[in-house]
Amino acid sequence: MSHQRPDGVTPSQTVGPYFKYGLTPNGEYAWNDAFTNNLVTPDTSGERIRVEGKVYDGDGAVVPDSMLEIWQADAQGRFCDPQDKRALPNSSFKGFGRVGTDAGGGYAFDTIKPGQVADPDGKPQAPHIVLAVFARGMLLHLYTRIYFDDEASNASDPVLALVPADRRATLIARRKADSGNAVYTLDIHLQGDNETVFFDV
Amino acid sequence: MTLQYPLQSLAAHPARLSPAYRSTLKRAPTKPLIPMRHTLSELTGPVYGHETVREHDNDLTIQHKSEPLGERIIVHGHVLDEDGRGVPNVLVELWQANACGRYIHVVDQHPAPLDPNFTGAGRTQSDATGYYKFITIKPGAYPWGNHHNAWRPAHIHFSVFGHSFISRLVTQMYFPGDPLFPFDPIFNSVTDEKARARMISSFDLENTKPEWALCYRFDIVLRGRYATPMETK
Ligand SMILES: [Fe+2]
Repeated sequence: MSHQRPDGVTPSQTVGPYFKYGLTPNGEYAWNDAFTNNLVTPDTSGERIRVEGKVYDGDGAVVPDSMLEIWQADAQGRFCDPQDKRALPNSSFKGFGRVGTDAGGGYAFDTIKPGQVADPDGKPQAPHIVLAVFARGMLLHLYTRIYFDDEASNASDPVLALVPADRRATLIARRKADSGNAVYTLDIHLQGDNETVFFDV
Repeated sequence: MTLQYPLQSLAAHPARLSPAYRSTLKRAPTKPLIPMRHTLSELTGPVYGHETVREHDNDLTIQHKSEPLGERIIVHGHVLDEDGRGVPNVLVELWQANACGRYIHVVDQHPAPLDPNFTGAGRTQSDATGYYKFITIKPGAYPWGNHHNAWRPAHIHFSVFGHSFISRLVTQMYFPGDPLFPFDPIFNSVTDEKARARMISSFDLENTKPEWALCYRFDIVLRGRYATPMETK
């Protein structure tokens, strides 16, 4: 079925300050969550990890009203999407998560370390998670990536290579030395000296 | 991969820094975004199980003991790609203020009553043709602190997924003929008049239900197109 050809996409508008009860109610409102910040299912293979951090604005103040969404491959580098022909039909690992930042601007995702995914030339990318940031004051969400500081393949990642060396650290989550479980931290800075690298995709 | 996502499509969106909307000043990036080629990570996207959307999740008027106050409306349309083809099986979420312009969100404390029979959240999945439908009530306009006597035109917030993570869209649907349009910096952050018009629903008399509810049509056009031109118009 085909409609009249639209004259363009529907423009983006801010998610605003009041999305929580609809998109990230987390038990605080009379509505259920379509998605949570825990991507791990019992049959998921791979290393269990937590990625956590805070979101900051241009004044260095925490952002308590942002929403973060992540999308990632499984431990073998496959996406749970029929467009990825290698996807395993029997895995319940969906690879998508959503969280609203808390009063202190904090977020956390419980997931698994993704495997390597090829770039358009077939060259392996370092393990990464794609992150979208939504908030009041953001008329169009931003895309960035989460890499991991204990991955040697970061050195040859074709996307990291596009980023000026002095800004790459804004994309690389650091593994906490003192954690028994694998906990990585990465803060998101919307502006400032450590402004996170965002991608034009 | 069968989908393409040209960057030119993004021109319709607002500038991230739109100073008339004051909150953008401290939240828009100051450094240029870095261009990159789309990889499988960008070109794939989540798929939902049937557990994500429950029956009646698209009817915001039957979530409580009684019906909410306000003007009952039907909001329907198609999720489309840039060639006008329906985008099937994608998740459409919405949230909105009640008929008095009040959100149940704890941060909204402006002096208008809450409605115990209205949460204001819904979701549905587009069907095989991209069609979706909600039943809700018409939200009221509400004040906000952006500038003196600032009021948002009545709107419904929409969140839509396409077939890739980069076709993700969060937007707001407006109602035709709203007198607040010229004064709203969020609406006017979209500088192209034709693009602004795509955020305004149209009154749909044909699908208005006699004795029951007015109907508004809102087609949502997502970034991307199928690369294989199978259909001729
Ligand atoms: Fe709103």
